[in-house]
Parts: sequence; structure tokens; C-alpha cells
Amino acid sequence: MDSLPAAAFASALLDPLRPTPPGLRTWNGSHPERRFNVYRNNVVVSLIGALATTFPVTQALVGAEFFRAMARNYISQSPPASPMLADYGGTLPDFIRRYAPACELPYLADVARLEHMRVLAYHAADATPLGADAFHSLLADPDGLLALRLQLHPACRWLRSAHPVVSLWAAHQGVADLSRIDLARAEDALVIRPALEVKVLSLPLGGVELLDALSDGASLAEAVDRAFAANEQFDLPGQLAGLIGNGAIVRLIHPNGDCA
Amino acid sequence: MNLTMHPSSRHGRAAFALAGAGLPPQVGIGFKAIHFEAIADDAMPPAFVEVHAENYMGAGGVPHVQLTALRERLPLSVHGVGLSIGGGGALDLAHLERVAQLVQRYQPSSFSEHLAWSTHGDAYFNDLLPMPYDQTSLLRVCEHIDRVQERLGMRMLLENPATYLEFAASSFTETGFISEVVRRTGCGLLLDVNNVHVTCTNHHRSAHAYIDELPLSAVGEIHLAGFATDADGDGELLLIDSHGCPVADAVWDLYAYALRQTGPIATLIEWDNDVPAYSVLCAEAHKATGVMERVTRARSLELA
Repeated sequence: MDSLPAAAFASALLDPLRPTPPGLRTWNGSHPERRFNVYRNNVVVSLIGALATTFPVTQALVGAEFFRAMARNYISQSPPASPMLADYGGTLPDFIRRYAPACELPYLADVARLEHMRVLAYHAADATPLGADAFHSLLADPDGLLALRLQLHPACRWLRSAHPVVSLWAAHQGVADLSRIDLARAEDALVIRPALEVKVLSLPLGGVELLDALSDGASLAEAVDRAFAANEQFDLPGQLAGLIGNGAIVRLIHPNGDCA
Repeated sequence: MNLTMHPSSRHGRAAFALAGAGLPPQVGIGFKAIHFEAIADDAMPPAFVEVHAENYMGAGGVPHVQLTALRERLPLSVHGVGLSIGGGGALDLAHLERVAQLVQRYQPSSFSEHLAWSTHGDAYFNDLLPMPYDQTSLLRVCEHIDRVQERLGMRMLLENPATYLEFAASSFTETGFISEVVRRTGCGLLLDVNNVHVTCTNHHRSAHAYIDELPLSAVGEIHLAGFATDADGDGELLLIDSHGCPVADAVWDLYAYALRQTGPIATLIEWDNDVPAYSVLCAEAHKATGVMERVTRARSLELA
């Protein structure tokens, strides 16, 4: 389409208050609005569907009707920037944070953030995690181990939340009781996909700092320092065992750049 | 999750056909991830599967494991929905590159896209939007198709659209426009018979004449799907290309009409919304096979 008619067509698609674009024709001379609305409906319904697929727990927490209204609002402000719809909705959590009707659900944005991370993890590159055996020989040489850099699995994502995001998410997978969740509880989340299945885990204290540092390329020693600085109760053996056991580490890199 | 495939295949070497070599003249289905295990367990699966390119553009994970397993067993058709061939701007080269990588990796028997636009500026609308059929559009569509075929190193199929509106600026009929695009670019045609029925109903034209006007020798695939009904501003019937229900009788008739002229052509059952059980898709595919066999028999008698 020529740019000007296409611009009018495009902007009217996302805004039902705009008039039907000019230059349209119908065989029977009927007003084109009803026909144009088919396109409006296709666009909005399909994008709401894409968001509902990515954010099922967010939708369950607010109900389908609320979610549709919120999604419609979000879509008109932030339509997809690419045909890869699996990525769509990365800015929905920020939108939710500013969305007044959702202000009574302060945890909603973080739940949405967790759900988007799950989708990114689902599509992330494949990598084979290191098993516990890869670490056994290193345990005899703690200094050598601490000097290493630990490369995380490409699917690995984590987030800090002031709300019980992991419990809220788990309650909608049938593995926790929604009514028993302490909404004042803060939970950090780890999203991993060691093979094909995406897992959501609760990340212990200091875990976010440890993972932030490791993904910045810090040595394990520096990462541990940052985790301890953030939280004195940081449990290095426990956290390391958790990361290894859940397949979050794919490579050990010596200070000189060689793989261990 | 069982990601292995049933070892036997009645299609044998066909699955290893060269990229772009064309689909077998049999009936396939649009692949849905929820049907993966059912297909894997089916000793007599459909003759090919078609996937939407955009669903396989992530780096890894389940989608690629499934597509790899499918491709090892069945001929594959990759159907793009996001290249915005009819878009006013330049082709999205980053997206073309993603399509090219997918084609390179899976070597499908066919790649197809739509005569429509879906992107404007920075916004992707996830719908196949209509365009005026004028000289400017013609040059741009041909340029885009040339670019796609050049990058992919194969002939692509262009699908006729389902439309709800026409443009005052159009100087070609839709079939005239498509014929000219096929002539200029050498692309093939994906004849969506449901779209023909929907479009011709919506614009009060003869679906048979529409098919007659197309360059049918270029048809490399046929799509069959279901539509929904609505009404326009004057209460006239308006059909919506919904892909959410069985193929209608009128579309089966039109399918037979097209096949009488083309001979057997790879045919796809498309069902993208309210996706039914695998067995329901297979029953539709079986019905299409029946139509194709019946028309082929009748044709051979006429030709004899």
C-alpha cells in the first residue's frame, strides 16, 4: 500500500474511535465500517490471544474480561514490533505497573514478568548442562574453583520480586494453594530449561546477586562476594548445588579463557 | 514428552526431497504442537505437514525438536505469515533472513506467503491486510517476491487473499493482479479455495470465474479451511476467513472444480483456531483425498 493510505488504515486498526480510512469500496455501496471492523477485530482478537498464551497466570489472576480490556489497551499503545509473536509482551509488565485498574494487585506485574521469562526460556538456545561430576574434581581445590567463571544456560532467567511470584505462579499449576499464600512474602524466581521443560524455582537469598555477577562474567569468587555483601545468610554450597542440580551451568571457564 | 517418531513411513524418500522441489500431490495438514504425539504415533500420517514459519524462529527448545522429527518423516511446507509482501515499505530484511535460516535448516519442499500486508512502520498487526491493486502495488509486490526468491534460492508460492474490502484506487482485478505477479516473478500460486469463496462472496463475484482467470498451471498447493459468517453494513452476507471449523460444502465443490482443471495438487487442511482433535483433522484430510481421487478418476476418463 502507498504509505499515506496505509498509515490511515494502520492507525484506524488499533483505534476504534478513528474513522474508517478513505478510499475503500464495497460492491453494494454499503458503508465500509462494518467490513473494516473485521480487520480491527482480527488484529485485536489475535493479539489478545497471543498475550493470553504468554500470560495465562496473569490472566487467571484478573479474570478473562479484565485481561482482555487490559490487553486491548496495551496493544493499542504497544503493538508487536516483529512478526515473532512469541516475544510479544516484553513490556506488558511495565504497562501493568502503570495501569490504574490493576493497582490493587501489586504483584501482577512481577507475575507477568515471570511468565514472559518462561516464554523466552522455552525458545532459548539449546545447551547441555554440566553434571555434578564435572565439579567433583574441583571440590578438592576450592581456590581453583572460585577463580573460575561459570557460564549459565542460555535459557536461564531470574527476577527479584517484593511479592510471592513463585508461589502465585505455582498455585496456578495445581502445586500450591492460592488461599494459603502470604502476599507480604518476597520471592525471587529462577527460570531454567536444562532440557526441554521450563522450570520455575524459588531462588534463595543472595541468588539474584550471584547470578547477576556470574552473567556479568565475574569469577565465582567475585560473584560470591557480591552475594554475601547483599545478604550475610548467603549459602554458597546450597546455592551452587542448586544451580548445578538444576542444570543451570553449562561451562566452566578458567581465568585465561580456557574451558575447565 | 515423547519426541520420537513412528519409525515406518509410507512416504519414504519423499521426505528427503530437495528444498523447493514441491509437495506431493496428496493431502496434508497444518501442524499444531498439540498433535505432535498423535502424528508421531500414527503409522499412516497425512502426506505432508505445513507450519507457520514465525512459530519456529526461536533459537532452540521444543519447537525445533518437533520440527526436526517431523521433517525426518514427512515432506514439509513452510508457510510465512509475516513477510508483509504487500507492504508499502521495504521488505523487512531481518525477517527475510530469519525465514532464510529456517528454510536452510529444514529444506522444506515448499515455501509460501500471502498477497497481503501485515506490517506498517514499526507495528506488526498479525493479520493479512488488503491492498489496492494498482501499478505501484504491482511493482512493489514483484520486487518483494524477487527478493524473497533470490534470498531463499527457490520459487515461492503466493497465496490469494481473503478480503472484506476493496480499494477505489485498484486498476486491476485481483486475479489480473495475481496473474501479472506470477508472470513477472515466476512465483507459483497457492490457491486458497476457501479464500476464493470468501472473497467472491464478499465482493459479489463468481468464484468459478475467479478460478478460471488465474494462471492455474502455476498452482503448487491448495488450501482448504472453514469460514464464519457475518453481515456487512447493509445486512448482506459477509464471510470471515476464520480457519476455525470444517470446510463448507460450497468450498468442497469449488475444490473439485479447481482440481478438474489442475489435476492432483498438494492440498492442505488449515485449522488454526478452536483446533480440533487430530482425528478430526485427519477426517477432513481423508475427505479431501476422496475428492481428489474422484476428480482424478473422472479426469482420466475424460482424457482417455
